[in-house]
Parts: sequence; C-alpha cells; structure tokens
Amino acid sequence: MTTVSAAPIVLQLTQITKRFGSFAANEDVSLTLRRGEILALLGENGAGKTTLMNILFGHYVADEGNVEIAERTSGTLNALPAGQPNAALDAGIGMVHQHFTLAENLTALDNILLGTEKLSAMTSSRTAARQRLDDLMRRSGLTVDLDARISTLSVGEKQRVEILKALYRDARVLVLDEPTAVLTPQESDTLFETLKTLAAEGLAIIFISHKLDEVIAASHRIMVLRLGKKVADQPTEGSTKLQLAELMVGKSVPQSTRSEQAAGPLLLTLKQASAGEGRTALHAVDLELFSGEILGIAGVSGNGQATLARALSGLEPLTAGQLQLDGKDLSGSNARKMIDAGFARIPEDRHKDGIVGPMSVAENLTIETIRAPENQRFGFLKFGAIAERARQAIKAYDIRCQGDKAPARLLSGGNIQKIVLARTLDAAPKVVLAAQPSRGLDVGATADVHRRLLDARARGAGVILISEDLDELMRLSDRIAVIHRGHLSAAEKTETLDRSTLGLKMAGHGFHGDTGEAA
Amino acid sequence: MDFLEIFLSANFWAAALRIATPLVFGVIGALICERAGVLNLGIEGIFTAGAMAGWMAVWLGAGLWGGVLVAAGAGAFFGLIHAILTVPLGLSQHVSGIGVTLFATSLSYFTYRTALPDVSSPPRIEPFKPLDIPGLSDLPFIGPALFQQTALTFLALFVVAATAFVLYRTPLGLAIRAVGDNPSAVESQGLSVYGLRIGAVVVGSALMALGGAFLTMSAFDAFFFGMVNGRGWICIALTVFASWRPGKALLGALLFGAFDAFQVRLQTDVGSFIPGQVFLMMPYVLSIAALILVARKADYPRALLTPYFRGQR
Repeated sequence: MTTVSAAPIVLQLTQITKRFGSFAANEDVSLTLRRGEILALLGENGAGKTTLMNILFGHYVADEGNVEIAERTSGTLNALPAGQPNAALDAGIGMVHQHFTLAENLTALDNILLGTEKLSAMTSSRTAARQRLDDLMRRSGLTVDLDARISTLSVGEKQRVEILKALYRDARVLVLDEPTAVLTPQESDTLFETLKTLAAEGLAIIFISHKLDEVIAASHRIMVLRLGKKVADQPTEGSTKLQLAELMVGKSVPQSTRSEQAAGPLLLTLKQASAGEGRTALHAVDLELFSGEILGIAGVSGNGQATLARALSGLEPLTAGQLQLDGKDLSGSNARKMIDAGFARIPEDRHKDGIVGPMSVAENLTIETIRAPENQRFGFLKFGAIAERARQAIKAYDIRCQGDKAPARLLSGGNIQKIVLARTLDAAPKVVLAAQPSRGLDVGATADVHRRLLDARARGAGVILISEDLDELMRLSDRIAVIHRGHLSAAEKTETLDRSTLGLKMAGHGFHGDTGEAA
Repeated sequence: MDFLEIFLSANFWAAALRIATPLVFGVIGALICERAGVLNLGIEGIFTAGAMAGWMAVWLGAGLWGGVLVAAGAGAFFGLIHAILTVPLGLSQHVSGIGVTLFATSLSYFTYRTALPDVSSPPRIEPFKPLDIPGLSDLPFIGPALFQQTALTFLALFVVAATAFVLYRTPLGLAIRAVGDNPSAVESQGLSVYGLRIGAVVVGSALMALGGAFLTMSAFDAFFFGMVNGRGWICIALTVFASWRPGKALLGALLFGAFDAFQVRLQTDVGSFIPGQVFLMMPYVLSIAALILVARKADYPRALLTPYFRGQR
C-alpha cells in the first residue's frame, strides 16, 4: 500500500506515560497519525494498547505526556483536555470497543442518535438523520437495517452500527479495538475493505490487533508495543510476519505441535443432542471423540459453543438426544457425575467459572475432589494433606503466587489458568473439555496450555478444544468440526482443511437444516 | 348475586378508577426508575412520606396544590437518598430500597406523632372535590363513571401520557431507555450515566409520593398509620406486569382497581357465607396469577440492578 506521509497530521500523542501503582502500562509512547492513514497498533495482551487508547479517549488520565488533535477547519494542533470523554468525542475521535456499547433494546437508528440531540429537546428529527445515514451508508458500504432492534442483529452488523455511530458524529479519527475478534475471516475481509474506503475519504484509523496477517494486509503503518513501551514504528511495506512477531514478543517461544499418533477407542459420543434455547441453542448435534486425539470445534463466538460446553459438562440438561462416556449413558447426569466418570472441564471464563476468587490457591486446587478420601475424613478437611498437594502442584505447574494460601483472585490470568489446568489434568481424566483455553493469555502461558493439552493427548485422553483461533485449532487438532447456529458439522481431518474452507463453514456455508435469523 | 349488575353500574367503574389512581402514580414512578436501571423498593415508604407530607402541609395552612408540591418534594428527597446510595456508590438496590422504606415510614410516623402528640382521632382536612366537567360529567353512565373524579386522578392520567411521550418520542426518553439496558452505550455517546439515573430516580420517586398524597388528600381526608397498606409493593409487581410500558401500566392499575372494587361489591352480596378475608385477598391473588402469566416472558431492562462504574467493563 502507498504511504500517506505528506498528508496533514490529525492526531499526535507525545511521550505518554501511565502508571498503575508501580506498574507502567505505558512508558514514553509517542504516536503521530495523518489524514487518511491506517495505523495498526500491534502488541501482546497486556502490552498497553488498550490503555493507550483509553487515554486518547479520556477514560484514563496520563501521568505524563499530552494528546493533541488538529482543529477541524484550520488544522492547527490543539491539546485535548485529559480525562474527558466528551471532549474526545467532540474533537472527532470515535472508538469501536471490543465489547460493543450498544443498547440491545433499541433500534440501530436510536443507538446512533443517542446523545447527538439536546436532552431538553421535545422532538427528535429522525427524517433528516435517516437521510444523512443513508448517504453515509452508501458512501462507506456499511449497510444496516436502521429500524432493526440491536438484539436481532448479527455481530458483524452490530460492529457496523458502532462504526456508523462514530461517522455520524463526524469522526476524523476512528479507533477499533480488536475488531476482528468476533468476525469470520470473510467478515474481516469486508471490514478491512470498508476501512480502506473510509481512509481514502480522509478518515484516520487506528486498529488494535495481535493478528499479524491482518496487520500486514490492512495497514499503512505499524506501531508495536511491548510491555508498555514502543519498540517499533515502521511502514507496513517491507514488514514481515517473522520480524513483527519477534518485535511483539521480544523472545522466541518454542511452539508445541502435535506428533503423529493413532487414535484409540471411542471415548465419548453425543447422539442427536439438543440443549438450551434461543440463539445459542444446540440442535441435534452428533459428536464422537476417540482416545488420544484432539477434536477441535471451530466457530464464530456466540454460535452455541457455550451451550455445547455446558451440555457436555453436565451443567445444562439435554432436551433431546444422548451423551455417552466410555459406553455409559450419562445423558441426565450433573457436573459431579461427569467429573466422577472422568470428565474434566477447562471453562471458557476462567475468572468467573474457573476459580472462586476469594478462596485460596490450595482450596481452588482441591475444590472438584473435595469428597475424595485423600481430602477429607468423616466430612472434615485434611488441611495438611491439601496444603502439601497444593505446594506440589504450584511447583509442577509453575503457578506464580505468594504461596498456597494466597487468594486466587490476586493471580494473573495465566496463573489462574494454571490452577485450572493443575486441578483438571492432575486427576488424569479420560476426557478433557478445553473451552477457549488460551483466550487472553500471553504467548508464554498459551504455549504452556498447549503443551499440557498435548501431554493429555499423548497419555491417551480425548481432548475437545473449543476455540475461535484458527491457528490454534489447526496446529493442535487431529480433526476439526465447525459449529454454526447450534449445528455441528461432521469432523474432518485437519490435513484436509484450510483456513478459507473453515471460514466459509463458520459463516454457515454447507449447513443444512439452518434455522435462519429468527432464533 | 348479579355479576352483570355490578359491571353495568357506573358506580363500580368510578370506584375502580379511584382505587387505581394512587397505583397509577406509583407504577409510573417505579417504571421510570427501572427503565433507567434502578429498582426502587423505597416506594412503600415514599408513599407514606407523600401521604404524610401532603396532608400536613394542608393541615398547616397550605393550599391543596401546595400540599401536592410538598408531597412531591418529600418523594424527591427520599429518591435522592436512594439514588446516591445506589448509583454513584453502587450499593445493593434491594438493601438501599428497603432501608429507604423503613426510614421514610418511620420518619413520617415520627413527624406526625411529634406534631400531634395528644390526638386520638386523626384531624381532617378539606380534600380535593370531584371535578364537575360541564358536558362530560352529565353524560349518561360515562359521566358518573369517568368524569366525576378529583383533579389528582386526571393528573395521574396526564402523567401516563406525558411519560409515554417522553420515553418514546424525545431524546431524553431514548437516553433513559438506553441507560437501563447498557450504560456503556450512554457513556460512549458522551452522556452522563449517573446524571440520567439519579434524575430518573428522583422524578420517579416524586411521582410515587403523589400516589401517597392522593390517599390523604383525595381518597381519605386524614393521615393514619398503616394507610399505605402494601400499595407500593403492588406497584412493583404491576411494573413487571406492564413490561415497563406506561400504557400497560395504566391498564394493570385499572385491572387491580377493578378487582378491588368488585370484591367490595361481591362481599355485600355473598359475604354472609364466605369469610370477608377471602374477598380482601382476591385482588392480590389475581395480581400474582396475572404476574405469573406475564412475567415469565418479561423483558427486563438488562442493566436493572447492575451498578455502573466508569472504566470497568
């Protein structure tokens, strides 16, 4: 792509530093953005990307440094008052958050108009607004049904509403936080086409990402953050994935890949299983899991993965169909029976479902086997034995904490995941369900999770890996099935699949019995 | 007994509308609070405070409309307490609401007893008189049924229409509906979540107090202990029944009023062989039944009960 180095500067951040306690989330970060430029902000989780954007948007106040934005008409740079989201909004900075900020009970039009008219006004001028939006949609290619309630829109459509919100307010700088996390590969392509169109019209765009492919494909310039510091700011032309990966991580982390291994006997089956209701319900799902394999479940977030995970774990009853583990029918069982039968669960939301925050590391490690004779006698806990085993687990799984009595909520996400791994995998389960096991973890912790899952596979366990990360799925899984609107495709060998076929399936191609939008 | 005769009497419908009036104020007040995401269980106490404050202002020499203003002010005051505790401070809305109810009720009784230490029978004031609307009041059946109410009943009907207009036709209403569903949608568009929520709770509470004021200034002409008698709690249930819509809220309040008016009349007919308590119970039993039918599918404001803190997602 061509550079736009001659265009006027729209936004300038100078030597921004932000500390939380002794931890520097941003240190001496400067950034210049020009009219019509797409800047990719690349970095690992915790590198300080979101903090920087929150400072720009006035959610945080920087300890040092300042933000300047060009005057709309004259183009001279003026300091933006710190800590005032309203000032940022008025100056023309629009932000599309990773978690959408839309009221689901209102229509798209209502959400866009929200806050743009005086609260004391007795009427709302919808016709004029509609005309302006029709025009905006035509120019940008962002089409949405303005009268549809947000709750009926797909994730991609909601994102378009978010962008329209910013454009309707005459945004000159658009910030998108991990915009492709919830999109199919095809939807992502469409998004980047739109962004290029908008940039060509003069909009300056910053998008935050940790995906190297899209950063290289869609940006003019790349800025890399690592541990809060800017480590590179370079034109996209000439940048390579390898070089960016090194900049981002700072060290090379060996990635585990699976070795050839023949699958063993059948372990777990779902036959025509249905569960849940509404948009995320499961419909007549068939699934077979063999010993010594990893079965990947791909899909765009919100297509029934969570219901599938809960149904398998015994947390949600099947409304139809059968669940068998090792030949035993467990269709009507609860979570306890599933655990006793050799089923282990690594939950999707590890903070909420994986640990009990105020309880200690040792207690969290024991919580699923609290009734086992090594943990209790006559209903009294054996504290000594529990603490001893906890100390072993802390060592074996390298859980970084202030001892076994530390409250689990004080640990970082990666270490919380290690608690979950230690708890679930130490019991040598027959089946492991790993739901989004590496989401939000840094490269090191992710590699650790992958290694543990591969170890379980080598030991002969069957692993079900639910993930939205295609790279992770393709590297670890022996077979991959795709979930779309609660239907599960037949699993296929990973060697016979590529990203684009998976992407098409994730968007719903090849699914018969599709229930359509009305769910 | 003759059911048909009851339903065909203008007197029955007039009673239904009269009984419904305080509930209309209460349910609209509760609806405004909840649409903004705040459950206001202070309602029962705010009713009592409104009843006491309005009555006492008139007893001390204020005009009737002056009394109404004082009642609304008392409601707004207790609403502000609840709003500050639950919105910026983010305390449990249940606990704070019950606390406000206890506080407002006790403070009202205390004030009443302090002002009138030695009275055995409550002193009376001159209440609102039924309005005679030339033309309409003289219509056969409809006239006596609908147009011989006091000014406060007409005010209640106006409040329903005004609330519906503001909620669905103005930018302010849009913001209130949005803040009860997803506060970050409001914040991201540069509006103040706290401002909207506090405002809604204060206005809603003022309306609740008018429901109480109706009791002492229109239905009865005195203040006595226990007079609110669970009307506030009924309003909380009616809000769910109404799916947070002003029109349906009016309908629900009228339905309850009709049940109540019906049971009184039925009691005089068949009261000789069925205990009177069964009739007293009827409107409440029917409300619960109606609620069970409707509330299963209720579309709660998604952010109801959830405090909002900036920068936290």
